[in-house]
Amino acid sequence: MRRLILILVPYAWLLALFLVPFLIVVKISLSDVALARPPYLPQLDLAAGWAGVKDFFQQLDFENFTFLTSDDLYWRAYLSSLRIALISTVLTLLIGYPVAYAMASAQPEWRPTLMMLVILPFWTSFLIRVYSWMGILSQNGVLNSFLLWTGVISEPLTIMNTEIAVYVGIVYTYLPFMILPIYATLEKLDVSLIEAAEDLGCSRASAFWLVTIPLSKPGIIAGCFLVFIPALGEFVIPSLLGGSGTLMIGKVLWEEFFNNRDWPVASAVAVVLLLILIIPIVLFQRNEQKNREAGK
Amino acid sequence: MRRMSGFNLVSLTFGLAFLYLPMLILVIYSFNASKLVTVWAGFSTRWYGELLRNEAFLDAALVTLKVGLISSTIATVLGTMAAWILVRTGRFFGRTLFSGMIYAPLVMPEVITGLSLLLLFIGIGLDRGILTIVLAHTTFSMCYVSVVVSSRLTSFDTSLEEAALDLGCTPWQSFRLVTLPIIAPAVISGWLLAFTLSLDDLVIASFAAGPSSTTLPMKIFSAVRLGVSPEINALSTIMIGIVAFGVVIFSLVSKRATARQLQEERDAARAES
Repeated sequence: MRRLILILVPYAWLLALFLVPFLIVVKISLSDVALARPPYLPQLDLAAGWAGVKDFFQQLDFENFTFLTSDDLYWRAYLSSLRIALISTVLTLLIGYPVAYAMASAQPEWRPTLMMLVILPFWTSFLIRVYSWMGILSQNGVLNSFLLWTGVISEPLTIMNTEIAVYVGIVYTYLPFMILPIYATLEKLDVSLIEAAEDLGCSRASAFWLVTIPLSKPGIIAGCFLVFIPALGEFVIPSLLGGSGTLMIGKVLWEEFFNNRDWPVASAVAVVLLLILIIPIVLFQRNEQKNREAGK
Repeated sequence: MRRMSGFNLVSLTFGLAFLYLPMLILVIYSFNASKLVTVWAGFSTRWYGELLRNEAFLDAALVTLKVGLISSTIATVLGTMAAWILVRTGRFFGRTLFSGMIYAPLVMPEVITGLSLLLLFIGIGLDRGILTIVLAHTTFSMCYVSVVVSSRLTSFDTSLEEAALDLGCTPWQSFRLVTLPIIAPAVISGWLLAFTLSLDDLVIASFAAGPSSTTLPMKIFSAVRLGVSPEINALSTIMIGIVAFGVVIFSLVSKRATARQLQEERDAARAES
């Protein structure tokens, strides 16, 4: 009996505040805009009994989804979100891997401190970390002043409000998510394997390519998913650093909802985004499960 | 892995500089006397004064703190219960759905979580305000808490609980006197994580908040949307300072606790032999 109550409380909470809201989104994505508030039809009329339920399902349609395919704004937004998320994941990997490698090569007594230094930014506000780049990247910002002063450039660079600024923002905020899983696999790596490869005639570079990289693959894959999945639906970074020219689906959803007040279309955008996300999420979970089984 | 070459040193320095320089620059420029954020016009604490006189920011900070304290506390209780269910109870009806609902919010884009909760609140006619933000924050942070706590629960010896039950404890007593002290570090980290997530959240709060309740991230976001503002630099510096202070204190305390535990174990071993 006590066990039942213990299960019921968090279960009911999640059902009411996670699953039900999500079903509402799916339902509204199949509804039409109505002029009255709340702006959508049909309403489920349970008082009318079975006829009400039947009526409700008959009025649902895929109009909003056909609308998404007819307006190329949405296509371009999904594609450019995928492109931006992919490019920033690769950039994060290129910057994060050497850092993780260096951490794993450091003296053991230094490692906890290095790890804390990598985790620490995660505890400071995400919004502030993104904001800190606005003062650096802007037309007369710190970076341009510095480059002009050293004479590397003669005209200020335009970085702010371009896709480049979005890449910088994503790489910066998600770098710890890439470093930590790679570091975890590299730390456990058996050095004697690399020594054996070198003894058998591998150069240091080819030992790295043929032994270290393949053995750290689980960490690389986990890190890439941990960056790619949140980057795809990102809202704050493109809206602060990307300007009006950068299309990302999280921003489109926000504007559709708050500026255009078109709830059904915003819900349809959300459903499609989730359908796109399911593929990487399932792949990620499979990778995690494989690692867990390999670890046993 | 034990080879610290020059290349490693360079990439480590570069990586850490990349992580910390932007925040350092922000802190330095918060003491700039000029209103033009990029022109250095001498040291001044002027913006801190302006910030303290800005009542809208103080109000927002109060709302954020209130929401953070309440939601992280409820989330810790619910998350610990959820972790217990995931690790300790066997099969029950709908278990797969339950664990799915624990893990899904971790990967769900914030815009979708926010949108769905707002549609729910409007659907049931709940007035948006502090209560709705608390409900929203509790829901996603309880999932983080349960992940942290369940990793601790899986790694500890169940025979201790069984011993307590054999010696006549009620299940609740065995939880309170045996289990809870052992998982306490994970519960505390879970609470801290939930609290930071709540303080930090912009997107979900924007959806869940009504016109009368504005949180600090929402205030910051609307202030910096159009560009850099010196007051926000000052506010950021204060927030970075609080986090740095908290982390230093926390690591000192936990280091001392570990040292004490080691000492006790050593004493116990000596007493046995």
